[in-house]
Formats: sequence, structure tokens, C-alpha cells
Amino acid sequence: MKIIVVGCGKVGSVLAEQLNKENHEVTVIDSNAAKLEAMLEKLDVQSYMGNGSSYKVLMSAGVKNADLVIAVTSKDETNLLCCLMSRKVGNCHTIARVRDFTFYDEINIIKDELGLSMYVNPEYEAAREIARLVQVPSAMELDVFAKGRVNMVGIKIEDGSILDGMRIIDIRTKINENILACIIERGGDTIIPNGGDFIRKGDNVSFIVPIFEMTRVFQRIGAVVKPIKNVMIAGGGTVAYYLAVMLKMAHVKVKIIERDKKRCEMLSEQLSDDAIIINGDATDRELLHEEGIESTDAFVSLTNMDEENIMLSLYANEVSQAKLITKVNKITFNNVIKSLPIGSVISPKNIIAERIIRYVRTFKNTPGSNVESLYRINENVEAIEFKVSEPVKNIVDIPLMDLKLKSDLIICSINRKGRVFTPNGKDTIQTGDLVIVVTTHAGLNDLREIVEE
Amino acid sequence: MNYAVIWYIISWVIRVEALFMLLPGMVGLIFGERSGLIFFPLAAVFYVLGYLLGRKKPDRTRFYAREGFVVVSLSWLVLSAVGAVPFVVSGTIPHPIDALFEIVSGFTTTGASILNDVEAMPKAYLFWRSFSHWLGGMGILVFVLVLMPIAGGQSIHLIRAESTGPQVGKLLPRMQRTAKSLYLMYFVLSIVQFILLLCFKMPAFDALCDVFGTAGTGGFGVRGDSMAGYSAAVQNITTVFMLVFGINFNFFFYLANLRFRAAFGIEEVRWYFVIYILACAGIFLNLKFVGGESAPDLHHIAFQVSSVMTSTGYSTVDFDKWPEFAKTILVGIMFTGACAGSTGGGIKVARFVLYVKQFKVKAASLLHPRSVSVVKMDGQRVDSEVLHTANTFFFIYSAIFAVSMFILSWDNMDFTTNFTAVAATLNNIGPGLAGVGPARNFAEYSYLSKIVMIFDMLAGRLEIFPMLVLMAPATWKRNG
Repeated sequence: MKIIVVGCGKVGSVLAEQLNKENHEVTVIDSNAAKLEAMLEKLDVQSYMGNGSSYKVLMSAGVKNADLVIAVTSKDETNLLCCLMSRKVGNCHTIARVRDFTFYDEINIIKDELGLSMYVNPEYEAAREIARLVQVPSAMELDVFAKGRVNMVGIKIEDGSILDGMRIIDIRTKINENILACIIERGGDTIIPNGGDFIRKGDNVSFIVPIFEMTRVFQRIGAVVKPIKNVMIAGGGTVAYYLAVMLKMAHVKVKIIERDKKRCEMLSEQLSDDAIIINGDATDRELLHEEGIESTDAFVSLTNMDEENIMLSLYANEVSQAKLITKVNKITFNNVIKSLPIGSVISPKNIIAERIIRYVRTFKNTPGSNVESLYRINENVEAIEFKVSEPVKNIVDIPLMDLKLKSDLIICSINRKGRVFTPNGKDTIQTGDLVIVVTTHAGLNDLREIVEE
Repeated sequence: MNYAVIWYIISWVIRVEALFMLLPGMVGLIFGERSGLIFFPLAAVFYVLGYLLGRKKPDRTRFYAREGFVVVSLSWLVLSAVGAVPFVVSGTIPHPIDALFEIVSGFTTTGASILNDVEAMPKAYLFWRSFSHWLGGMGILVFVLVLMPIAGGQSIHLIRAESTGPQVGKLLPRMQRTAKSLYLMYFVLSIVQFILLLCFKMPAFDALCDVFGTAGTGGFGVRGDSMAGYSAAVQNITTVFMLVFGINFNFFFYLANLRFRAAFGIEEVRWYFVIYILACAGIFLNLKFVGGESAPDLHHIAFQVSSVMTSTGYSTVDFDKWPEFAKTILVGIMFTGACAGSTGGGIKVARFVLYVKQFKVKAASLLHPRSVSVVKMDGQRVDSEVLHTANTFFFIYSAIFAVSMFILSWDNMDFTTNFTAVAATLNNIGPGLAGVGPARNFAEYSYLSKIVMIFDMLAGRLEIFPMLVLMAPATWKRNG
């Protein structure tokens, strides 16, 4: 597919890299020559310098033949104008990043007039992800599939956990027959386990759990189930604002610590009585203790500086039992960050990039079966939801144990007419099913690709 | 430095070259020359050698600008060394340095020869040296990129180091497709010229070699008198195609995509034609009023200017006999050269346009010390880094020129000969004036001078920086 990415900022470059890896023809536009140059040296993409909302620039970048234009510059207005312009001259889909809350709220009114196929807000999406994590206290990571009916929960196996040393195949009988371990992260490795593998302490294991089994499963595993009642947020940026709004709806108490007085006043005005706004430096130890960091149920670091967030979470880990969530924008040293006890790591740009990639994947409809949605679990693993719309030869109606599935691939959930179940070897895939596959093979686009050639 | 990748790419270069050696072998078969058959065993040997070198695919395929420069310059050295082997083995050019000079002159599309009697050379070998123009014109690594399985984002470093001009970009998002489309345009234009030449009754073999020389802007002829012996129609076709291959290939890319405004909007191309017309006019007037010709033959002038400006180096007349002003013009356009991103040599029109524009900016800043103005080209601001590199290029170019002159003068030829010999090799033209004029050749120079000129030709073709990086000690130091 021919894709134009306008804006080479954080999101733009992650997108370009990912799309380039998935064999799309990517052209990037930015007004900063140095950024383009850096991009050009790293990726096999084409670059154009200029204003992405200009007709001339878009034309020379080949918008006429493009299939998709993604506008992710730092300005909402530029993004919207760019999409409008692209739609006008080319016959392409458009995605815009819209940050301003007032815009985001009201954009639906003019979405069609602007010719937007999709709009995304990184801060909003990040807040939503954090809110979800807050609501499932024991999960390190949480992904929702099948329109919320299936959850993938990441759990860290602590010392003395009932799961330590358990064989994958035994989990069904000993814990619950509807859960399935589908990813094990051990050290730096990511394993898609088969029945004979063992779980060890220190692993991060992701389970597929149907939503209605959630509480029971957690009780059985012995994980914390005490719901989170109050959250302390360091840094009062946009994400914090969205998060406060969302948590209020879930009746969670929120305390925001923000350095800037003006910003505090604004937050207080917008959030009225829903949150306690503290004007002060979140890196001030005394202040943190004064506001009760030891007793908070969850601590979320959302300041503008990655280093500060990491330090804060490390400190919170030291002095409290709180569930930790850390915003890290620049995940360059991913491996190092992973080894730190800073809880769940949230990166708005990656979340946004993932949403857009998901859109691009589902965009390429192949007859027979197609990708309904795509979730990037981490940089190695993807969960893909396929819709089986016709009887695919060699896959449909064959018991799963007889399918020659690729290695490092697991079928973890089938949704048949609204009934979600975790399949075993005797089950079959049938036409009309929604099938979720977890795999380390990047770029699967078709159900046919899950079996060995 | 990622040596594994460097070896791997070079192994590909050797394999590709070995495959191309089959072509002159076939020419030998067709013309029944026994000496030409030697290309077959040589092709086999080099293919196996390349295969053995590249057997292990490197685990780490990441490479950077430094590796790009080194790969390109080393590849060209290897390419030349391998290309010279058939001449030495067959004894057609017995001395290795002579053979190397001849083939480097071929691959760098220079067209300077050390052969005293071209027509005595077997056809297979004439074909091989002409074909080296064609391959060297667009670039061997661009060709390898079309085939090579590891062509990631960093391949831009290869194209940057090998292609000509101050700013090298991509035509299409994918490097591999860019390389393919470049070769496609190159191939199509060559075929068109070949068919036209055949229509005007040029012998097929001569036509093929003419196309190679024109397309690569090389200039090896298959006859002793270069192009003088062919009909005016053939010469005119060659004139036009030399000019065509001297144009920036972006131009043809835009034309092929029906973006005419963009094509004719390229500033460099416009200047290229302006310079061409001015040079022709100047020579015409000089021949008429000083040379004593009542009606100077315009088609020879057009041919010669086209030939020298695009750095091809064919000749239809002995321009060494022209009056001084005309000769000076010819030497002048040796330096301006063709467009960036073409197969031609020289300093490139694009750089001169940048120099003139910088001069204007500088002059303005002298008059109004606080004025701010930027250099723009094709409506885009030119980054100061690009300008700086272009200026440095000119300085180093002059330095290499001077040092080469000093070394060559030891051979005790006259000043004009030495000057134009360096100009003709460093700019990849071919013939110069006086002792290296179109009717003469480079055989009389000593081997030391020939080695200097081999370096000049490679430095000229690769636009200096890759060769400098190759020779800089810091390149080879750990963490240097």
C-alpha cells in the first residue's frame, strides 16, 4: 500500500518504521530537513520537505496515488487541513491526530465533511489504557479483544505463586478450564508456549481470560483482587486530565500533583470536585509522603520527563505497595526499562502507532478471511483477530490438533455467535467465527497464513 | 565497521560482473574469435569466487555512511581489477597497469585509451570495454541493489556514495524500486537509440558499442577515427542521445509519470541547455571569424560540444585543430560537465548553479551586512550542510587536480597536454588537447602517471569523497 505520513515527530517516526517493516511504500513529509534526513538514513522511505497541508507538497509526494494519508504533526489544525486537502485531490483514506480536547469531543460533527476515516488522540488513548489497568489491579498489562468479551491479562509470577512450576497443560484442570497461557516473557525472551512448557517464578505470563471468569481466576491464582480505590498521579498534563475524568466515572479517588500553579487552577476548574489538585513538585519527597504515597492504591507517573517518571515509580516501589504505572515516551532503552520495578509502562506514541497500524492491517481486506483487529502485545508479539467469512480450505472444520500450525503461534480464543470459549485440540474453526491468534510472526494478514505452507 | 556486510556486497559485485562477462564471450562466439572464448572460463572462475565470498549472509546487516563509502570505493576497485583480468590473460593488453587503465577508463565512463590501434583489438574485447561504460554509467551498486536480498533503509548510503551530484534522493519510497526504475529508464533509452542507429544503417556491432558509449557517456569507439567515419545521420542521433544521457534522470522520471511541469521546472536542466547553446554559439562564431571557415559545419560543433560537455568524448573532427577560443570553451565545459544524477561526469551543472547562487547571496551580504537570504534550488531551500559539502568538493577537486598535474609533468610533456590529460580523466571525458587530443592517446605516459590517472578517473566518477574515505587512516581504525 502507498502511505503518506505527514509529520516526523515521535509518533510519525514510529509509524513510518512499523509501516516500512510491513512492506508498505512509505513517504514522509516534514518541514524539518534534519528530521527527514535522519529518517532517510534509517528507513527505506522517501521524504519530502514542506508543509504537509500544502497542495503542492502533497502532490509532489504523490497523494494522487496514495491509499492512505496519516497526519500526525504537532498541530491539530494542520492535521485536519492536510486530511481535507488529501481527500480533495486524491482518493485516499485519511487519519488525523487530534489532540485538543474540544476538537476531539466535537469532531464527530464534521468528520464526514473533513473526509476523515479515523482520528486518534494519543493522550486520550493513553489515559484509557491506564484507566483499564487501574481497574484490573493485578494485571501488568491488559488488552481487550472481541469487543471487550475477551481479556488478555499479563501477570508477573511472584515467588510462591501457585503457578510457579506448573505445566501449561495442567492450568486448565487445576485453575480454570477457560483460561489459556499464551505468552511467556522470561528474561529478554518471548515464548509462545505449548502444553509441555513450565511456568517459572519471575516470568511475565499473559493469559486469555473471558471477562466473566476474571474475578474467579484471580482468586484462584491468589493474585491481589482488592480493588483500587484511590490513585495518586504525578504530573498534571493532558493524560492526567483525561485519566481523572475516566476514573471519576469508575468512582476512584484521584489526587494530582502538579508543579505549575496556573495549570493547577485550570485542572481544578475543569475537574471541579472530582480530583484533589496539589500544587507542588512531585519529586519532593516530603510532599509525596505528606500526600500519603505509602497508602495509595496506585501511583501513576505522568510528568513530561521520562527520567523523572522512572525515578518516581522506583521510589514509589520502595516506599509503598501501590500498583505502579509509568509513562515513558521514548522507549529507546526498552530492555533496561523492562528490568526495572516500575510497574506497567505506558507510551502514548506507541499506543497511537499501534492503533493506526491496526487500522492499516484491517484496511487490506482479503476475501475469505480478514483481520478484524490487531493488537501489539509487545514489540515481538501480536494478537490478531480474524473473521472467518467463508470456508477456508485446510483450516475450517478441521480439529485444531490436526492443523499444522506454525510454531510460535497459538489459537487462543474463538467467538462463535457471541459465545466466547478457549478452544482445545478437539475444537474446530467454523465459518462465521471470530478467531484470535497470538503469534510472534509479524505481519500476518490472512487466516491462511497461520498454517505451515 | 561492519566488515561482514562489506564483503557480502563485494561478493555480489563480483558475481554480477562474472555474469556480465558471458556477454563478450558470446560476442566472441558470434564473430568466431577464439581469443574471445576466454571470457567463459573467467566468468566461471569469478562467479565461484564471488559465491564463496558471499556464502555466509552477514548476521548484522546494519551499516552506515562510512560503510557506504567504503563499500562503493572498494567495489569499484574490485570491479576494475576483475575487469582488467581478461585483457591481461589473453595478452590483448599485456601490461597489468595498461589493462587496468583501460578498464577503469571504461567503468568510470571516461573513454581515455592507451590503445594505439583500436581496430586491431578482437571484437569481444572491444565489446567488453564498451560494455563497461554502460554498467559504470548508471552504477554497478545500483544494479546490485536491484538483485541483492538485503536492501534495507541503509542502502541509501550506497546510492549516495555512487550516484552523482550534490543532493541524492530517491525517486520512489523503496530503494529497490528506485534502482529498478533507474535501470528501466536507462535500458529503454538505450534500446531506442539502438533501434534508431540500426534504422540509419549502422552495423549492429558498432551500433551496440556506440549505444554503450553514449548511454554511459563513456566514449570508447570501435574505430580508430572514433565517430568520424559514420554518416551524418548516425552522428546526429549520437549528438542527441549524448545530450539526453547527460540530463538528470529525475527529468525522465517526471516525464514518464506525465509530470511535465515538474520535469521542465528542474533548474539544473534549464541551465544545462543554456550552457550547451552558448558553447555552440561561441565556437560557431570563433570558427567563422577567427578560424577562417565561411560556413562552419554546425553538426560537428553540436556533436563536439555535446560529446565534451556530457563527458562522453567521441569525436567527429579533430578539435585540437580548432582555434584557441573554441578549444578554451571545450576545456571550460569539461569542468562544468553534465547534470547531477545523470551518467555524465565533471563537476556537474547543479554544483555550478549552487556556486553562482552562493555568490549572489554573498554579494548581497557584503552590500547589506545584516541582510538574510538563503540559497534555493527548484523552489526548495538548500541546506547549508549541502552547500558546505559542495564547496569542500570544489576545493578538494582543485587540490587533486594540482597534485596530479605535478606528478604528470615529470613525464616532460607540454603544459596543455598535462593539463587536459588531468582534466579529461578527472572529469571522465576521455580525449584532451595536444598530446592527448582526439587523434592521439594516453599510451605515452609513464606507469606512475597512469596510476595517478586511474585514481583520478575513479575519484572523478565517485565524486571524490568515497575515495578519500577509503584512504583515510581513521576509516580503518577501531572506533576511529
